[in-house]
Amino acid sequence: MEEPFEPLIVGFTCNWCSYRAADLAGSLRLKYPPNVRLIRLMCSGRLDPTFVLKALASGADGVLITGCHPGDCHYVEQNYKTLRRYLLLRRTLRGMGIEEGRVKLVWASAAEGLPLVQEIIAFTEEVRALGPLKWPQWAEQRFQEPEEGIIACSVESREVSA
Amino acid sequence: MSEKIGVYICHCGSNIADKVDVGEVARWAQGLSDVAISRDYKFMCSSPGQEIIEEDIKTLGLTRVVVAACSPHLHEATFRGACARAGLNPYLCEMVSIREQVSWVTADRALATQKAKALILGAVRRVVHQVPLDPIIVPIHSDTLVVGGGIGGIQAALELADSGTHVYLVEREPSIGGHMAQFDKTFPTLDCAACILTPKMVSVGEHPNITLLTYSEVEKVDGYVGNFNVRIRKKARKINEELCTGCLICQEKCPKKVVDDVFEVGMAKRKAIYVPFPQAVPKYPVIDVENCTYYIKGTCKACEKFCPAGAIVFDQEDELIDITVGNIILATGYDLFDPRRIPEYGYGRLPNVITNLEFERLSNSAGPTSGEIVLKDGSVPKVVGIVHCVGSRDKNYNNYCSSICCMQSLKFAHLVKERTGAQVYNFYIDIRAPAKGYDEFYQRILDEGTNFVRGKVGEITDVARSPEEEGKLIIQVYDTLAGVQRRIPVDMVILSAGLQPRADAKEVGKLFGIACSADGWFIERHPKLDPVATMTDGVFIAGCNQGPKDIPATVAQGAAAAARIIGRIQQREIQLEPVRATVDEEKCSGCRICNGLCPFNAIVFHEDRMVSEVNHALCQGCGTCVAACPAGAISGTGFSNEQILAQIEGLLAIGIRGTPETVGV
Repeated sequence: MEEPFEPLIVGFTCNWCSYRAADLAGSLRLKYPPNVRLIRLMCSGRLDPTFVLKALASGADGVLITGCHPGDCHYVEQNYKTLRRYLLLRRTLRGMGIEEGRVKLVWASAAEGLPLVQEIIAFTEEVRALGPLKWPQWAEQRFQEPEEGIIACSVESREVSA
Repeated sequence: MSEKIGVYICHCGSNIADKVDVGEVARWAQGLSDVAISRDYKFMCSSPGQEIIEEDIKTLGLTRVVVAACSPHLHEATFRGACARAGLNPYLCEMVSIREQVSWVTADRALATQKAKALILGAVRRVVHQVPLDPIIVPIHSDTLVVGGGIGGIQAALELADSGTHVYLVEREPSIGGHMAQFDKTFPTLDCAACILTPKMVSVGEHPNITLLTYSEVEKVDGYVGNFNVRIRKKARKINEELCTGCLICQEKCPKKVVDDVFEVGMAKRKAIYVPFPQAVPKYPVIDVENCTYYIKGTCKACEKFCPAGAIVFDQEDELIDITVGNIILATGYDLFDPRRIPEYGYGRLPNVITNLEFERLSNSAGPTSGEIVLKDGSVPKVVGIVHCVGSRDKNYNNYCSSICCMQSLKFAHLVKERTGAQVYNFYIDIRAPAKGYDEFYQRILDEGTNFVRGKVGEITDVARSPEEEGKLIIQVYDTLAGVQRRIPVDMVILSAGLQPRADAKEVGKLFGIACSADGWFIERHPKLDPVATMTDGVFIAGCNQGPKDIPATVAQGAAAAARIIGRIQQREIQLEPVRATVDEEKCSGCRICNGLCPFNAIVFHEDRMVSEVNHALCQGCGTCVAACPAGAISGTGFSNEQILAQIEGLLAIGIRGTPETVGV
């Protein structure tokens, strides 16, 4: 019997708020599924959208981005830039045929251990519902037989236009 | 590339070992590429634990260290220190939080072990790309700027000046003194505010180490910790300060009277040329050009005619002063909550409903009534109501407690009783009197026979429902102890309006590169352990701009901020974390996208070479520009693209369950 699907999620955290919220969640012994693996950045503003695409391309089924609440950024206002990039990234993902729901932005202050855990639990279930992304497997298949794929595609489009 | 990585897995007693199979993880890590040694130990942070790492670095020639233990916020410095002692650059050490992020939060042991492996693999892959770093060393200029001349700023300036360093004290109003100068008595000792404040003001004015710049505002701040360049606008007083003797004949002779809505909060008038109050420091008056007859009609010049020193200069212009300082203290204070925002309290409509600050002036012997507590018609009130928590602890206005209003209201109750013999009602939600001598003061007020009604006032009205309410102000309140609605007729109502952030706190924060909380108070570096520092190195905060507080707490913060700076000045230089962004000029296309992203103005554009450059002393290392550069020309030390991309790959190489296929890759 095949094992049930377990989503693999990368979480990007800000050193000053959400990473500390994760520390607090630990100190409070709150439990959450082991599906989310955190990476520490100094600020959510450091999040290059490439990181998100890299994670999805490396086998992640979802990416959680966390930062300080608007107005509370330790670098004054960099989380607003994160918000702008996030909205643009969602559009890019949609254009690539990837569900926008696989990427989520959440604000969590250093005091919000419990809300962060609730978000992690909720997001894990949301990604579970979306199912596996399988980007690495798809890429492997794709690059094994690229010629046929392209030809099949072009034949199809010629038929449509005719 | 081949590195020799040492991987150390901590048991943390049973904190980690209970949920993570540490022996299994250590054996597994030994098989990873680049890993020279992998060990587990009961307490890695203990001296023997650290010695294991130091020994391995020396004997095995480790080039990188990964410690899987608690959060880096606890022990990163510990393990970096161990590496440094063994001769390895401390920034080649990476920590993995397998306690806070794995053993404490994961229910299942097998899944926890698996997650620990994934996090460790991420760190092992990441640490390979780390580069040796050295702390950035910046010299500290020994002058300090203090912004705000209230009691907090005064205390800070005096502490610094007494230590022998130079201070620039900048105050927006014509005199220092702040809110405290307006008060009559101070709780709980009932010392006269002026008696304890004015000697300090005089010390500031006379101190050889203090340059006092009143009627001035900071316009521009450039630079960084140790070396800020500040531009101050000294507004034209229209007085030659060299010649003025402070005799104030000008004030006496000036024919124009204006309502003073700053110092006397609209309760009295002042002249168009004035000092805000008799004990003002400095003693020089200022001409209010918006109201002066000469500036409006072109004639008068009474002040000039009578000035024996010839100190009036009608065409004096604002002066711009550029200074360099090493550190900055902001002690910019608070604004009072405007009770007009609560229309049902009738402030501004009902003449005998007054604010706490108005009562301070009313009861002050130097105030508009010479300290007589009287109604607007000049008669003495027989019943006075004091309403607590006006605009505080109220989700419609401010959620927070303004912290000083309880004690201040108790003080008012005492003063009203002492001076008028009136019956006093205090309307409170809870009495908060936690500091030294405060609860004793509360007991004293209770013993004096003041009435306390527990409940939030619903309405203050002059519409009578019965003959005895006729001509009175009626306070409608739900008494939560008696469980009944009450209507209490009084002659005067004092609203204990709460404290609010300054209306321009956001702009001031932006000017100095510090942030405000959702409520608008400046954010301290750490709410418990670093209450006067901010996230911008070299900028400190003191007093009510950080949150509501009383005079002792404000003074303590002013002194604390000064002490922090004196320590730095004595060190002469400061070490900064080397997490910084750097532009590779070869790759930079000069697009300037990064320029506007930096809130610290750390990125400068060189027009001649058409490239951007990051000033490392200003850069705080957030990395936003690194993420934004379309040419990939900006790199961020400590958090480079290579490091993070490698960490992502490592993290994802191991599934949630079962054994990974990719181990050893």
